[in-house]
Amino acid sequence: MSFFGRSAAPQPSQPQNDAQRKEAVMASIRQEVQGANAKELMENLTEKCYSKCVPKPGTSMSSSEETCVSRCMDLYFQAFNIVAKTYTTRLHKERVAMKEAEASSF
Amino acid sequence: MSDTNQFDATTRAELSQFLEQQQAEARLNAQIHKFTGLCWDKCITGSVGSRFSRGEESCLVSCVDRFLDTSLFIMKRVNEQQGKSP
Repeated sequence: MSFFGRSAAPQPSQPQNDAQRKEAVMASIRQEVQGANAKELMENLTEKCYSKCVPKPGTSMSSSEETCVSRCMDLYFQAFNIVAKTYTTRLHKERVAMKEAEASSF
Repeated sequence: MSDTNQFDATTRAELSQFLEQQQAEARLNAQIHKFTGLCWDKCITGSVGSRFSRGEESCLVSCVDRFLDTSLFIMKRVNEQQGKSP
């Protein structure tokens, strides 16, 4: 899966049928959502790690600053995954609880 | 998407539903980004090591859960207050 690359789907020489056109539209929407997600992650990560690792901007990046940013990136990705998992697990739990509450009220 | 009129009604309905699903996913993603930023600030306060310290991971989990608890609590309270006001 490529976040940043263009779609590799080859263009057929004959006109596409409806199913192919539908798939193309769906793929394009999917890519847009994934692309926006990746972009947001990079922007947020950059901001947080800059704050953390370059408190006093000098005239160039020191190697310790670069090491910090490198570690920070890894940790931020991990944090993102932990948060994503916690959130989706909790959403699922709430949804199940709501369904049970509805079912028991009849 | 000016050419969606080329599709028949069934396909348009399918695409519409798919778009809704994707929009829901996009909203979910946005929430996750929001929580990650919030909880990073709350929990990763010291210098960054090569891995999380013991408390940092559990802090991230608690941070998300407590935010949702807070949100649910507030909604409940607002509902109660609206029930009482004229």
